[in-house]
Amino acid sequence: MSLIQLLNIWPNAPLLSAFFWITVGVILLYLARTPAHRAIYSLSRVVHNGLRLLSQSTLLAAERIRSRNKEVLFSLGKETTERVIEREYQRVEDVIKCDLAAFPMLQRTMADQVASLNEDYQKSSELPPPAPTWVDAITSLSKMSSKDASVAAILDQIHKTINSQHKGVMDEYRRISSERHSRLHKMMPLWRRLSDSVDMAAKRFTGLNERAQVIDNRMQEYHEIQAESIKAERMLTSSAATQFFIAGFVLMIAFGGAVINFNLIALPMSEMVGGGSYIGAFKTSDVAALVIILVELAMGLYLMESMRITRLFPVIGQMDDRTRRRMIGITFTILFIMAGVESSLAFMRDRLAADMHALRQSLADVEVMVAANNWIPTVGQMVMGFILPFALAFVAIPLESFVHASRTVMGGLFSGFLGGLAFTFRLFGNIARYSGEFFVNLYDLTIFPSLWIERLLIEKRRPVNESKDTETQRMVEETS
Amino acid sequence: MKKLALITMLGLILIIGACADTTSRARSVFLLLDTSGTYQVEIEKARAIINYLLGTFEPGDSLAVARIDSGSFSEKDIIAKVTFDRRPSTATKQKRLFKDKVDQFIAQSKGSSYTDITGGVVQAVQYLTETGAGQRYILIFSDLKEDLAKGQIRDFPLEMNGCEAIALNVTKLRSDNVDPRQYFERVEGWKKRVEAGGGSWRLLNDLERLDRILEG
Repeated sequence: MSLIQLLNIWPNAPLLSAFFWITVGVILLYLARTPAHRAIYSLSRVVHNGLRLLSQSTLLAAERIRSRNKEVLFSLGKETTERVIEREYQRVEDVIKCDLAAFPMLQRTMADQVASLNEDYQKSSELPPPAPTWVDAITSLSKMSSKDASVAAILDQIHKTINSQHKGVMDEYRRISSERHSRLHKMMPLWRRLSDSVDMAAKRFTGLNERAQVIDNRMQEYHEIQAESIKAERMLTSSAATQFFIAGFVLMIAFGGAVINFNLIALPMSEMVGGGSYIGAFKTSDVAALVIILVELAMGLYLMESMRITRLFPVIGQMDDRTRRRMIGITFTILFIMAGVESSLAFMRDRLAADMHALRQSLADVEVMVAANNWIPTVGQMVMGFILPFALAFVAIPLESFVHASRTVMGGLFSGFLGGLAFTFRLFGNIARYSGEFFVNLYDLTIFPSLWIERLLIEKRRPVNESKDTETQRMVEETS
Repeated sequence: MKKLALITMLGLILIIGACADTTSRARSVFLLLDTSGTYQVEIEKARAIINYLLGTFEPGDSLAVARIDSGSFSEKDIIAKVTFDRRPSTATKQKRLFKDKVDQFIAQSKGSSYTDITGGVVQAVQYLTETGAGQRYILIFSDLKEDLAKGQIRDFPLEMNGCEAIALNVTKLRSDNVDPRQYFERVEGWKKRVEAGGGSWRLLNDLERLDRILEG
């Protein structure tokens, strides 16, 4: 006997049977109303509280990450600014050492030049021709009568003497004047030199001034970062995001270079490690080529690190200068050798590729063509093979920026994601809470006949006023 | 610094040494060329297949070409065989030599009186097993019409575990045109024989798509 047959009490009247069972169901549901409401409420409360707790925990985690991010951001910003300031001070020191160390000498030169100028100036000051003492005698003689022949002869003689004297004096005057002019002429380069010396000194001081200005600005930034101001935070975040994209872009370029590098050495590597062996799903020659590129990258990192250009490995940075210099030498030598190896591999690749190409042509029954100037791609590949390892060594710089910037950017994104997750938990918690109320109302809706009868019975039992009061109270409760 | 160098070396050794692949990825192909009188005219097409295989094979792969004649279960019927060296440059030289041998054979080949395909297949299986390659193929360039000399015993089951037999350019004989069922029965008969021996079977008549030969 099936369940439907069992429920069908009056087989000839299925509707009546259905009505019977619905009535029974409504009565049962009415009887179980209070515990059912409690169950629904408690379930919704459990879900709501659980999700609310989850939301709060996620928010806390997001806040913790945000705060940690902030710490890292300020710490990085502080470190970067310190490095910049340190570098600026270094430059100032260099300026002082190189340029201002020579300042006393410059001062002395300038003093010598000024003294020399002064001396020349003194010498060149124009002196009036000495007033001849015999002018007064001539004045007295000029008053004498020249009608007398003897007097006239004397005067004539005097005139001649005077003329000759005058000529002599004038010649002397011209000579002295010319000498003075030549002295003045000689003063010109001295003036110029002096002017250059002054300009040079001024330039050095201007350079120092500019450096001081830069240091001032950086110090201001540093103070802002130390104070952990919002302005500094915004500036550092924006800077980190910019660095993230720029460094990412440069790394992509470097990746392209690495791919080219890989293609240059993968084929000839099969000559060394064999063309038919595999490591996992990859050809051993490909893996070997990749390892060579990775080793070159590692050497580049070590080189940059030992040169103190990057600061990814504190251990290297903390080494004493002698060890560090030795490390620079070793890493550079390894890099140089690897560049040489790559260059040879590139040469071998060219030969292998040409050989394979010739074979394929002969297999396809095509006449083997030898390209003119086929040494150009060979040389090009060799040069590329030599340069690319050094170019890849510089990846360390954008890599450092990327690592530092990605810490901030990823941290920000993760914090945002957690915030979104917290919101979602909260939303679902509220949905669960109001769903509980919805299901309670739905429950009441399914048993509305019994509730309606219940209300009728209660209203009949109570006096009218009380009933009204109760109704009002119930409405107020419902509204609230 | 010593620590750094040590770590780098250790990493390299781990990367290269720790995950060695034990499964052989090498391919081994044995091409059987039918030189019987009815099929002799098709032999020129075989050259294209051999050249294609030479062009695509990599170091470590093996290739052998043998003719199907009156008694094919013989080393003498192997025209050329080679396992390509692990160095690509040497492999290229081997390919050139192989091509020359095949060209020489095709230029001088004469039709045989009988067609012992089974003997050739048994020879091929033996060779392929010896190579130890991961992928083993027997290419049968024939019309699949076996014509045995008197006294030859070839009606035994084949042992073809791990081998894939690919029938290439299975031409229709004059008698097939009279009754096409003969053709289908012939092909089906070989298929059953190969599969009963533990091998797999494929028929490829379109030689325009040579890249499909070893794709299975």
